[in-house]
Amino acid sequence: MTIAQIEEEIVSDFELFDDWSQKYEYIIEIGQQLPALDEKFKTDVYKIKGCQSSVWLNASQKDGLLFFEADSDSVFVKGEIALLIKVLSGRTPEEIMSAELKFIDAIGLRQHVAVTRANGLANMIKQIKAYALAHKER
Amino acid sequence: MKQILEDTEKTFDVNTIRKDFPVLSENVYGKPLIYLDNAATSQKPHTVVDELVSFYSTYNANIHRGVHFLSQKASQAYDDVRVKVKEFIHAASEEEIIFTGGTTDSINLIASTWGRKFIHSGDEIIISAMEHHSNIVPWQMLCEEKGAKLKVIPMNDKGELLLEELNNLLSSKTKLVSVVHTSNSLGTINPIERIISKVHEYAAANSIEIPIVVDVAQAVVHEPLNVQKLDCDFLCFSSHKMLGPTGTGVLYGKAKWLNDMPPYRGGGDMIKSVSFEKTIYNDIPFRFEAGTPNIADVIAFGKAIDYLNSIDRIVALNYEMGLAKKASSLLSAIEGVRLIGTAENKTSVVSFIIEGVNAMDAGMYLDTLGIAVRTGHHCTEPVMQRFNIPGTIRASFLFYNTMSEVDALVDGVKNAVKFLKR
Ligand SMILES: Cc1ncc(COP(=O)(O)O)c(C=O)c1O
Repeated sequence: MTIAQIEEEIVSDFELFDDWSQKYEYIIEIGQQLPALDEKFKTDVYKIKGCQSSVWLNASQKDGLLFFEADSDSVFVKGEIALLIKVLSGRTPEEIMSAELKFIDAIGLRQHVAVTRANGLANMIKQIKAYALAHKER
Repeated sequence: MKQILEDTEKTFDVNTIRKDFPVLSENVYGKPLIYLDNAATSQKPHTVVDELVSFYSTYNANIHRGVHFLSQKASQAYDDVRVKVKEFIHAASEEEIIFTGGTTDSINLIASTWGRKFIHSGDEIIISAMEHHSNIVPWQMLCEEKGAKLKVIPMNDKGELLLEELNNLLSSKTKLVSVVHTSNSLGTINPIERIISKVHEYAAANSIEIPIVVDVAQAVVHEPLNVQKLDCDFLCFSSHKMLGPTGTGVLYGKAKWLNDMPPYRGGGDMIKSVSFEKTIYNDIPFRFEAGTPNIADVIAFGKAIDYLNSIDRIVALNYEMGLAKKASSLLSAIEGVRLIGTAENKTSVVSFIIEGVNAMDAGMYLDTLGIAVRTGHHCTEPVMQRFNIPGTIRASFLFYNTMSEVDALVDGVKNAVKFLKR
């Protein structure tokens, strides 16, 4: 599946819910399914700081593809990062860099701008794309 | 305060009060709004909202400059509010009332004018461990510029200032003390009268002068204040936290200080005469109000003061304390919940953390239920550092909140504990 197809799948999953509280709970559920991150990555080197939460993100490369694993001290942020991983992990650096991530708007996350600012969703995306750029240039 | 609290239990007709605040009947996500973020900003009664509309639609004009009818009406309305503020805080005269952009602006005004003139290299400024960033950063900036030093009155684990430490901090180098009356993140009400008299006594005994700035941003909506009784030198507060519009606020200063302070910003209204050779500054308070002021918001702010004057404030205060007491005792009974800020004398702010739950997660969860609380460091990062936590969840109550809203909060937190534990 392409990134766009996965994004579409996510959007249609979220269409099942009509109010924010259900979406919120669903995002948390998605986060709970994220595989545990090895404790050795939970250091400042891997940390992306939001205003009110922290994310630890590790990237690795195999056969030209980038893989991400992560954890957060916020269950909601963990859900957000799980969505990003679903879309962007196991992709080539080029795919990652050109991903538009329209699903963020489509599922109504962007509406919660204050929230995304507080939890650093934008910073997470920036960091993932920075990894992609670094690997592309290598 | 304690004495006030003893004659409680007079009834308070909250349902009638609530009808005065249009926002309180809004729904969020299809659920009735439960607004518990009053320490961030209060909601506005319709009289305030209506006055804004009325000003712009019937007598909008610039003030103090026009001879025409509208300008005179607007000028009169603006000047009347200065008198209202003077009476509200019992200042000696209305020239001691300066309209600013709010608390932050008021503090910056003192730092930029009084500070520019009176602070020198080696001087010391004393603040407390529970200041809002707005009562830290302007002083830090001033100290950096002048080579002066910032000293901090520490606090105990309950969030109470250690006043005996103030004795050790005061010295011949002390030039100013600036303290918060009521903490926005801990809820602590500081013994401000004692702090002021201590500082003034020390200054008198050493034949020096040490002015005191008091940040009453959180206190002013809850309790009646009397600057002459307090004997503070400066007092700062924001309209928006006391039912008025955003964008305006007050700096009270004793005339003897204000008269001695250089202007803040240069421009129109703050001058007596201007030539390219020399400008003669206007008298106080106009010297500190350069340019066209925030006319509409100041006038509507007057309606907020009228509203506070129209209610029985002691009964309202007791009622608020009842809400906070109930919230504190029910919340602290929930396993995993820990109150942050347990001072003996507290306002209706309840700050807490839930072990193993990120504060923002809890805030977002409560939001899905229509409950508005604040999460994070509340612009008091040093307080969070003192308690070694990243932030708290803060519910802050005002007299228009209800006991059933407290119940909803408590139920919400109980569910959050179950739902959000990692
Ligand atoms: C204690 C205290 N001081 C100062 C301020 C700053 O007020 P403003 O943002 O209205 O200037 C606040 C506002 O949160 C406050 O709670």
